[in-house]
Amino acid sequence: MSPNPKLFAVLLLLSASVFVIGCYRRFSLVALGRPEYRLDSAGARFSRMLRLAFGQERVLGKPFGANHFVIFWSFIILAVANAEFLASALLPQASLAALPTPLQHALLFLFDLVSLLALFGVLIAFARRLFFPEPSLSSDYVKARSPEAFLILSLIAVLMLAYFGLHAGRIALGSEDPSALPISAFIAANLVAPLAIVPSTLAAWSWWLHALALLSFLAYLPQSKHMHILTAIPNCFLGHLDRPNTQPREEFARGMSLGVGRVDEFTWKDLFDSFSCTECGRCQETCPAAATGKSLNPRNVIHAIKTNLLNNGTALRAGEKPPLPLLEPAGETTSGEGSAGEQAIWACTTCGACMSVCPVLIEHMPKIVKMRRHLVQMKASFPEELTTFFENIEARSNPWGIAPTERTKWHGTLQVRPFEAGKTDYLLYVGCAGAFDARQKQVTVALATILDAAGISWGTLGKDERCCGDSLRRLGNEYVFERSARDNVSLLAERGVKKIVTQCPHCFSALKNDYRQYGIELEVMHHSELIASLLASGRLELKRRVADLGRLLFHDSCYLGRHNDVYAAPRQVLAAATGAAPAEFVRNGVRSFCCGAGGGRMWQEEQEGERINLNRVREALRQKPDTVCVSCPYCLTMMEDGLKDLQGGAVKVKDLAEVVAEGLRA
Amino acid sequence: MLVVVCIKQVPDTTQVQIDPVTNTLVREGIPFIVNPYDAHALEEALRLKDRFGFRVAALSMGPPNAEATLKKALALGVDEAILLSDRVFGGADTLATSRVLSEAIERLNQQEQVGIVICGKQTIDGDTAQVGPGIATRLGYTQLTLVDLIEKLDPQQGRITVRRKLEGRHEIVEAPLPVLLTVVREVNRPRYPTVPMRLESEAATVQVWSNQELQLDQNGIGLKGSPTWVSRIFSPQREKGEIVGDGAADPTGAAHLLIDRLVSRDLLVV
Repeated sequence: MSPNPKLFAVLLLLSASVFVIGCYRRFSLVALGRPEYRLDSAGARFSRMLRLAFGQERVLGKPFGANHFVIFWSFIILAVANAEFLASALLPQASLAALPTPLQHALLFLFDLVSLLALFGVLIAFARRLFFPEPSLSSDYVKARSPEAFLILSLIAVLMLAYFGLHAGRIALGSEDPSALPISAFIAANLVAPLAIVPSTLAAWSWWLHALALLSFLAYLPQSKHMHILTAIPNCFLGHLDRPNTQPREEFARGMSLGVGRVDEFTWKDLFDSFSCTECGRCQETCPAAATGKSLNPRNVIHAIKTNLLNNGTALRAGEKPPLPLLEPAGETTSGEGSAGEQAIWACTTCGACMSVCPVLIEHMPKIVKMRRHLVQMKASFPEELTTFFENIEARSNPWGIAPTERTKWHGTLQVRPFEAGKTDYLLYVGCAGAFDARQKQVTVALATILDAAGISWGTLGKDERCCGDSLRRLGNEYVFERSARDNVSLLAERGVKKIVTQCPHCFSALKNDYRQYGIELEVMHHSELIASLLASGRLELKRRVADLGRLLFHDSCYLGRHNDVYAAPRQVLAAATGAAPAEFVRNGVRSFCCGAGGGRMWQEEQEGERINLNRVREALRQKPDTVCVSCPYCLTMMEDGLKDLQGGAVKVKDLAEVVAEGLRA
Repeated sequence: MLVVVCIKQVPDTTQVQIDPVTNTLVREGIPFIVNPYDAHALEEALRLKDRFGFRVAALSMGPPNAEATLKKALALGVDEAILLSDRVFGGADTLATSRVLSEAIERLNQQEQVGIVICGKQTIDGDTAQVGPGIATRLGYTQLTLVDLIEKLDPQQGRITVRRKLEGRHEIVEAPLPVLLTVVREVNRPRYPTVPMRLESEAATVQVWSNQELQLDQNGIGLKGSPTWVSRIFSPQREKGEIVGDGAADPTGAAHLLIDRLVSRDLLVV
């Protein structure tokens, strides 16, 4: 039973072959994806990889994250120990003993300590899955107490125990210096000798146990979710650098397939993502659709892509039509086994919460939009409410199909001037809600009043303003978005617009991020940013401190916060207007919970599960606010509707501009 | 069998205003749309194509820019699109219009037997609901107006059964082909075009037939062939409405009052 280099070499060859074949099978499937360039700005990518992969920044965001941190770093450090194990198994001279004694001792000391930490880490992971499994560990396709998870944990535990057995045996044999290996020496002294274990047998058996566990792990790795050990670090390097809500443009030519309707129409990076998923469940836990019982679970979507790719691999390699469809017709749910349900695809609010928590930078939402593009553009298959929405936008460039001549009706008695290049500084991009929605028109008036009070020179496009196209794009109607964005960009260029202020985070993000793809660089500000700077510079002075709105609770809009990192400005505005920082939701800032209307959900019915806005309003009511403060027309509608449904009583909803305008009244 | 669908390009009437001084329609800058009822007619024709494999031809009489409307029909899947456009067709009333459309259908019938002609119930600009019946009369087809459901179609036997949506009731009618149907909005939900079909339609050509092709007597078409003309267009003065009940104090009572009022005026059927 002593180490046998020849037998070990045969086993290693076997295990390495299984590993290489498994990796080849998966990576060659990734290569079937469409091209995409992900090596630009290598410096920024590298430092992000250091933070996310090696610093485990997002992993540490959850209670058991520290445990993973320990296991991760143990793996990195023990990789050296295991490399030495493999090398010395084949060639006994290639061992640590070849190193100068102080260095050898230092390394052994480190390995000994780290092995104990890893063992504790694994035991905690075991206990967590056995005794306190969070619901997010389980999904439709795998449970927290899955045999796979326990198998992997057991393998790691066996590796550590065998490590200690091997070294305790060697210490007892006198072949290793106990001073370098405190833990192993402790075992040798307190277990091996008193229990009368034969040191040479212990060392030999432990050596083989260690060898077999290591080789099994290697062979099993590519077949399991532990593939992430190989893909997670590169995925953190390859992740998107642009705003994730800005999807790439599409080319429209006859005979081309649009969007993604087949798994090989994804890019290689999309496919690589699917092999990087660690099944941690963070996306599932944070997704507003999943949290309210919809058929969408972002984790299942990623898993469906992976299983679809694996199941269709043979056909795809042969250039044949894949037998398993990527998209299941409406009504089916996404179980995560091979196909994504259409109903799930339509449930996404594109809020980006999933992507903000994914520890390995998987891009869920862009994949959903790509599949929507296919459904809308190639199949004209979408929830039927959207037909009206699309037709209204195409015919009248607003979601409700109201005559464009009514865009200026919000003016009332206000003096509103048209934007004129050279004479006007800011274009106030009113937005469809700001121009047509009865409630939001009050916000537009409040904003106009503020701009006038601060002496800002501003103008509008009047009846010529058109929809920014945000919902169109998130819903996957890229063809109509493309035409509308081109028209808007040429109108803005023709009028000489440079600086824009919007009251809608969706217009804001579309103009600022999406339109850049059409060759126009605009200085776009959300009204919260402009008002915050006007208040800070003293250009806008309030006549009084706003106290009559009571306790204010601020709700972050996804497209302002998560998608554009504007968190401070609205809070500064509210603090300046009321003299105190607003109260916060439990889920706030980057963890904010969507109102339910983004991603074109505003224009669809919400029949599945609990309504997202009710979930958020319940959370709001627990903070006992007098006023829920928003910065987005969708949020305004959703919060007001939710409060009505839940009999929120006297709780009001105000846009932050309305709060400031209150302070302008004498 | 050929299915012919007649569609009209109309000004988007929600955007049309009447010039208070001249009492004429202000059409400047007003976009054109496919007459909404005709969009349902087109959808019904396409559904027959999907079910029975019939060919579908779309017909429209109008100025050259009405080509855009026919392109939309092509994008939705019609096989052939024909624009009937000639200065001598201009200024036509419903009678003269139906003569031109009937002749065009007759020409199509010579190439392939026409079994069904579908029109919208009426247009949103003229609101006469006369062109469909006019075509049926000129062609001697059975006319089935206000159809909200094609219950049965037997191409072999040449018979069709439809449901007509009448005031407060439905009527099931069976008739021999060829027939002309006019459809109401409830008949279907029009489909949305796919992008490949849009791109195909951009490249496709719309045939233009003038009176050279139709060879109609000029005294029966256009302004000359139109016995009716519009003498004046004006907006009626809207009377002030009434407030029913007290919605703030007694919303349930107000709702009941409102429903009673609507039922008594035959605006709501319970």
